[in-house]
Amino acid sequence: MKIDRRGFLKIGGLGILGVAVKPVIDVVSKVKLAEASAKKRVLVEKRLAMVVNLKNCKEGCTDCINACHGVHNVPDIANPKDEIKWIWTESYEKAFPDQEHRFIGGGMKGSPAILLCNHCDNPSCVRVCPTKATFKREDGIVMMDYHRCIGCRFCMAACPYGSRSFNWRDPRPFIKKINPNFPTRTKGVVEKCNFCEERLAKGLIPACVESCKNKALAFGNVEEPNSEIRGILRSNYTIRRKPGLGTGPQIYYIV
Amino acid sequence: MNNRIIIIAGLIIFLCLITFPIWYNVVGGKAAYAPELKIVSEEKQCVESTKYMRAKHMQLLNDWRNSVVREDKRTYTALDGKKYDMSLSNTCLKCHSNKADFCDKCHNYVEVTPTCWNCHVVPEGNKL
Repeated sequence: MKIDRRGFLKIGGLGILGVAVKPVIDVVSKVKLAEASAKKRVLVEKRLAMVVNLKNCKEGCTDCINACHGVHNVPDIANPKDEIKWIWTESYEKAFPDQEHRFIGGGMKGSPAILLCNHCDNPSCVRVCPTKATFKREDGIVMMDYHRCIGCRFCMAACPYGSRSFNWRDPRPFIKKINPNFPTRTKGVVEKCNFCEERLAKGLIPACVESCKNKALAFGNVEEPNSEIRGILRSNYTIRRKPGLGTGPQIYYIV
Repeated sequence: MNNRIIIIAGLIIFLCLITFPIWYNVVGGKAAYAPELKIVSEEKQCVESTKYMRAKHMQLLNDWRNSVVREDKRTYTALDGKKYDMSLSNTCLKCHSNKADFCDKCHNYVEVTPTCWNCHVVPEGNKL
């Protein structure tokens, strides 16, 4: 078959048109949304969680906060714009906005609730982190690798619990007594509660749980049916913060 | 080539100036000196051999960090079978507690500024 210049250009042009049309057809033909659903819960041997008994939590007591912020070199910056918090208090209404009404009784109205990172089953902070600095461990702890954090603060926007703080300034001058066995953070990284993973590695329970004199905090493995925490969850009615968002928070509250 | 002398003289002066750092160090007797490190420790041997540590401590520390932070594996078994807790603050700095006389000496010599100390706490009394 003889092909002239005109014929060659026609065939070539049609070929290129075909390649260009393909992605357009793809878009129209099958609508596939980005994966956003949670993974199906599979059998895990360990899932660490915490129960906060707000009935036992004494107003004005800051033992858990002091203990946590002491061991983890959390700076005490008074300015709320710059403040860093791993565990803190907030009024019941602000902590549980979807379980609040005008006639809240039982002494809960306006009383402080202990808040910390919820170590979610389906953590939104992990999903948005562009560098995988925030990740979820197999035992459920949502961990941060500060070495990798680039300070983009996507995680802060994603976290519905306000559990993350950004170091707007060098935190060291604001740490009263530096614990030399645990690193501080540096300007430009985000930080949050790590469920005391460095203490768990040594066989210790989290510092906040250890420091609470009123037994308001309990910590353990909820996949173990005979654990203390499962006993507490069995015998008490517990609520979680904003469960409707589907993040699967793992801090349970007895109110 | 009427300006030959001026050109050659200029070239010699130029070469002298551009090689100034080299012969200045030779004349001053500071050529090719190695930084002298001080270690205050009872231990005779680091985690691995001195040669290995000198060349690869940065990779080792990176591996330790990834292993501890991301995999929760915290024990390092050295080539000689000894086990160590993988921790810059709690293992390395127990022997190398004199950062100013150890870490900084070499790092300054080769002009690198590792960011370890932005977060990891330097033992007291050794801050530069």
